[in-house]
Amino acid sequence: MKIHEYQGKELFRKYGVATPRGVPCFSVDEAVAAAQTLGGGAWVVKAQIHAGGRGKGGGVKLARSPKEVRDVASRILGMQLVTHQTGPQGQKVRRLLVEEGADIRKELYVGMVVDRQTQKVCLMASSEGGMDIEEVAARTPEKIHKVFIDPVAGLTDAEASDSARKIGVPAASVPEAARLLKALYKCFWETDASLAEINPLILTGDGRVVALDAKLNFDDNALFRHPDIVAMRDLDEEDPLEIEASKYDLSYISLDGEIGCMVNGAGLAMATMDTIKLFGGAPANFLDVGGGATAEKVTAAFKIMLSNPKVTAILVNIFGGIMKCDTIAEGVVAAAREVKLAVPLVVRMKGTNEDLGKKILKDSGLPIISADNMADAAKKVVSAVKKKKKPAKKRIKTKTKIKTNAKGKAKAKAKKANKAKRKKK
Amino acid sequence: MSILINKDSRVITQGITGKTGQFHTRTSRDYANGRACYVAGVNPNKAGENFEGIPIYATVKDAKERAGATVSVIYVPPPFAAAAIWEAVEADLDLVICITEGIPVRDMIGVRDRMRKQNRRTRLIGPNCPGLITPGELKIGIMPGHIHKKGRVGVVSRSGTLTYEAVGQLTELGIGQSSAVGIGGDPVNGLKHVDVMKLFNDDPGTDAVVMIGEIGGSDEETAAQWVKHNMKKPVVGFIAGITAPPGKRMGHAGAIISGGKGTAQEKLAVMEACGIKVTRNPAEMGKTLRSVLK
Repeated sequence: MKIHEYQGKELFRKYGVATPRGVPCFSVDEAVAAAQTLGGGAWVVKAQIHAGGRGKGGGVKLARSPKEVRDVASRILGMQLVTHQTGPQGQKVRRLLVEEGADIRKELYVGMVVDRQTQKVCLMASSEGGMDIEEVAARTPEKIHKVFIDPVAGLTDAEASDSARKIGVPAASVPEAARLLKALYKCFWETDASLAEINPLILTGDGRVVALDAKLNFDDNALFRHPDIVAMRDLDEEDPLEIEASKYDLSYISLDGEIGCMVNGAGLAMATMDTIKLFGGAPANFLDVGGGATAEKVTAAFKIMLSNPKVTAILVNIFGGIMKCDTIAEGVVAAAREVKLAVPLVVRMKGTNEDLGKKILKDSGLPIISADNMADAAKKVVSAVKKKKKPAKKRIKTKTKIKTNAKGKAKAKAKKANKAKRKKK
Repeated sequence: MSILINKDSRVITQGITGKTGQFHTRTSRDYANGRACYVAGVNPNKAGENFEGIPIYATVKDAKERAGATVSVIYVPPPFAAAAIWEAVEADLDLVICITEGIPVRDMIGVRDRMRKQNRRTRLIGPNCPGLITPGELKIGIMPGHIHKKGRVGVVSRSGTLTYEAVGQLTELGIGQSSAVGIGGDPVNGLKHVDVMKLFNDDPGTDAVVMIGEIGGSDEETAAQWVKHNMKKPVVGFIAGITAPPGKRMGHAGAIISGGKGTAQEKLAVMEACGIKVTRNPAEMGKTLRSVLK
């Protein structure tokens, strides 16, 4: 799960990671008021979206008067911010962070991730802050200092101070930088984070060490023990189809192609997408129906796939193990009937009760194209797409419905939470 | 021959009183020599009871001592699964297979760290894996037994149904399997491709290996380098996720391309350079393996 920068900074402050003073804002008036409350002569207005690269996309601006704050806030709030992480359609800015301006002497980089090789949390620090760190890692890997942290001892004083020195923190500021790194690790570990990134971490003119940015992602599997973090979830930042899918325990990810895929198992789902590509098609989504697919789940999966207007054909690939092919076949038939399926459907089934499943599909009278193996299935679905140049006339309108369902509720919840929070302050 | 388990292994189910544990213990017991192999279950609150004739003990240690078991399989829910793994490790079992999906990474870091620091000899497979099977002898896990066929090809994979797909293709071509191992899709886990590869290399009952990987991490690259320098048997491979966009987690907790690392293309290139015959068409995993058999 991802959170916004301002939420990350709230967590940082709780753990003792220094950040600039700032106020999250939901309107232009709030932004102006925030600047006045913060005082001083310079403010930074920052778009709050989950994607990175906001500065380059025009989502971070400096303002030197309350009037300028008003100008830039009204420009940024509501804009469709395009960054290298949002895709060409961009992401709508609904929240701002107004912060006091910082006196930047030097920009550094600090990140933490779980390293699969050592099975430890890895601290990555670099003197090359403010830049695209992936580029630094690729071009000058020696400029990234790494520490693999012992899970029992945590980040030690010696490791923290050494890291600070290695990335060019002057001697006088080393103790403060070391404290910050230790606090960051504590925050990472205790919140079950999967990624923490401060880019840039700055040295100020008066020698302080401050997190100018905050990026935190969390391990979805550990959210059950962090209700406070779950409350920070912003559903506006997530794909409504992915939200809808998660309600049915379906793992769904939107992609750019035209062939909807429903598969059981993540590995097989990826392999199915790859096969479609191999035969000249493009998958419209990743969709893992998991181990215990019921007719209800399959129907939900069909609705979700079809609410993507780009989908012009569907491929179902099931390797029945625990899940029996006849159960899936019944689900597919029921789903196809319920959604009045108007796009070609190719089904490949293998494993437990395979013959029974195929018979159910055949006897249904629906125009389902049966395939013998993955390659055959991919070929058939790709040729069905090519034959079918014009999009289906009869398309079920689930999209709007889903949006209001998923987002409406979630929005109401999020608004409530925000109100409550602001009241507290 | 086989690796890790055979018809003489004695198995404990941790989580035998839950619905999932019961379902899979039943189907595993009904496979080949399962009736003799599944000898115990564990639940601290139900010691003295039994599940369809399988006695339940309070602890793994009890079950090991009294039923003579050396292997355990875990179906315990995610919040308690890491503790269940540790209990089995402390009881000094030979092998622990954790099927449970959704264990917090932090919990796994803790268990793996203790295993290393205390030099524990227990091998861990998983979590978030389908388990492993030695066809015709013993099935431990959630895979469908009937698609397998006893034989001499090893299979190792990070994903469940994709393993079944490979096994199904082999069986259809009349090629049997020595053992098929699903090591799981989590970022912090037990045995890796390279560890299983070493076991297959040493197994006189295995002639060739199918290695199936997916995007994320660099386990496949590590295994490929080892194969290049040490493997005496032909290896074929496939990597799922050529079409996966970076930054999007594809179902498995570990299946993500991040920082430009862990792409399928990169893995396939390394595997090829290390002498592994790869296919980019998952429908041809079986045929590719057949092509390397003498």
